[in-house]
Amino acid sequence: MNLRSKMFSGENDMAEISIAEALKSAIAEEMRRDPSVFCLGEDEDIPFGMGGAFTVTSGLGDEFGSNVRIPNPNGKGYTVKGADDIGNVRVLNTPISEIMLAGVCVGSAMAGMRPVADLQYGDFLFCMMDQLVNQAAKMCYMSNGQVHVPMVMRAPCGATNRGAQHAQSLESYFVHVPGLKVICPSTAYDAKGMMKQAIRDENPVLVFEHKLLYGGKRKEAGQLSASGEVPDGDYTVEFGKAAVRREGKDITIVANLLMWYKAMQAAEELEKEGISCEIIDPRSLVPFDYDTVLASLEKTGKLMIVQEDHYNLGWGAQLEAYIAENAITLLDAPVTRIAAYDCPIPFSPTLENYVIPSVDRILEGARKLARL
Amino acid sequence: MHAFPAKDKALGMYLSMYRIRKYEESIYYLFLEGIMPGTIHQSTGEEASAVGMLYDLRKDDWMASTHRPAGHDIAKGISVRAMMCEMFGKADGCCGGKGGAMHTGDISVGAIPANAIVGGNLPIAAGAALAFKMQKKDNVVVCFFGDGASNEGSYHETMNVAGLWKLPVIFVCENNLFSANTSIKLTCVQENVAADRAAVYGIPSEVVDGNDVIAVNEAAQRAIKRARKGDGPTILELKTYRHGGHSRNDACGYRAKDEQEYWIEEKDPVKNFRKEILDRKVITEKALEKKEAEIENEIEEAVEYAKNAPLPANESALENVFWGE
Repeated sequence: MNLRSKMFSGENDMAEISIAEALKSAIAEEMRRDPSVFCLGEDEDIPFGMGGAFTVTSGLGDEFGSNVRIPNPNGKGYTVKGADDIGNVRVLNTPISEIMLAGVCVGSAMAGMRPVADLQYGDFLFCMMDQLVNQAAKMCYMSNGQVHVPMVMRAPCGATNRGAQHAQSLESYFVHVPGLKVICPSTAYDAKGMMKQAIRDENPVLVFEHKLLYGGKRKEAGQLSASGEVPDGDYTVEFGKAAVRREGKDITIVANLLMWYKAMQAAEELEKEGISCEIIDPRSLVPFDYDTVLASLEKTGKLMIVQEDHYNLGWGAQLEAYIAENAITLLDAPVTRIAAYDCPIPFSPTLENYVIPSVDRILEGARKLARL
Repeated sequence: MHAFPAKDKALGMYLSMYRIRKYEESIYYLFLEGIMPGTIHQSTGEEASAVGMLYDLRKDDWMASTHRPAGHDIAKGISVRAMMCEMFGKADGCCGGKGGAMHTGDISVGAIPANAIVGGNLPIAAGAALAFKMQKKDNVVVCFFGDGASNEGSYHETMNVAGLWKLPVIFVCENNLFSANTSIKLTCVQENVAADRAAVYGIPSEVVDGNDVIAVNEAAQRAIKRARKGDGPTILELKTYRHGGHSRNDACGYRAKDEQEYWIEEKDPVKNFRKEILDRKVITEKALEKKEAEIENEIEEAVEYAKNAPLPANESALENVFWGE
């Protein structure tokens, strides 16, 4: 029994799976549990296609029905795989129309459905900004709670040698918008538990998934293994609870998505040099778990923030400002913030590696901070 | 020539239009007095569109409106009192004072909070229609938009899937000839800005005299029937005209005098339909005047109530950012 069929079998044991598989498992289980959950997006469930952009939703149409065509085995023509009538499918392949995609999520969510949309690349969020920021985020508020918008927008993010328009870390844009929840799961366990929580949440949730952590079939340069043991059964991971990925006593490093993996690599090196790092992965940015950071600072007195997003006004700047306002006496040294330089993300792998925070930059920053 | 409706329906439609007219007039004067906050986008002159489209809709059918929502909301069944309180920013407003003039709505009567982003409500209406279809319900959605919205990307993205997926939605373009201050002649080559761009999306369309409530209602019935049967969307383009400006301080210097006189004097939907129901002896003038006076009282009472109603508590500003929180 391969992993995927095992995952769909409902056997209640632990399997080591990738983030892509964990997300798929969460979506499939929620679709089974709740008939109002449905998936939509460009390239959804295309046979021999990519299942969204990163294989997460491939195969879901086999169980839930989709509106796609498959080439006939004899090489002649096509057959509709699921149904022409989109009222009878739960995996909905859509045109490339981001305003429509987001707006249909808002409207269907208001009318009792729970859409889970796949955006292919987070960078396309800008094409749907009105629907996310003016509509999804404000409908509940403007109506004083008469309507609400339980939708999930999945946005693959991160720099992966694709150039400036397929590379961005976009979490911070949405952290700024009241009414949106923003999560960034980065382990297989969290991916499944937080995706389930996102689908059950009564509000719009943006899910940032790092392209180098998926572990999908499509291999990426610089990809890390984020596979891990994930229970087959039902569980959720609450938003607003950071995860301490490594305990330490000298420096607190707060880093999300790919960056905490890089921080872990740096921490191994630093340990040898006598610098002990505690690594905190916030996991959700709205709501944000400041308490776990404060508790760590009580111990270390030194804070480093690492984000793949640009330096200027990222979520890290908000954390830094929060600490300055509320807990500056916990600090024994200025905060060190390591972020992408403030330029668009360049294509050339050499340049991209230079712009995105590297293990070396984390090492350098931590050594300097430890000496202060 | 249209089939004239039953007497009670004709009277009902007239009184609904009259209520909208008097509500908008009352709002206008409250603004002149300087006691109402914010701005206004009034629907005076476009009453036949709201009433004709919504009169036969069920309460559990949905309606998505625009920055000019009062007529639609009242025709869909929101009380004048709840609307007036919202205009004054009071706690008893239909949105607790958090929505305001451009976001009035009451989902218990199927009125989605109105949308002040031009074209913003189009994909949302399609989404609600998709939900009804997936839920195997026969509800439909009526989505109003202006001529200006037909040039938004959201219009074309939405019409494409609405036609493709046969969504149960009726798209209603209230073409009042001006997108804010700009004539539609300057913004696109089509005479019928929405209807002429319907066929490419596989959506049937009709161009209707938007100031003739019977004509609007007949077109609405056809479109609602199609949508409810599962035959998909319709685009209705209703030719109409706003009597006032785009917003509060707009004296309409950009509109020709003769054009304004034609629409306001000859094509007034409320005045003309009043004459028609009297000519057809739907009701005597005396009895009608009594009913009109009742509506005027209803609005006066709403104004008095709203003026004296409690303000929302400051803490309520932080409620419902997230649902139930």
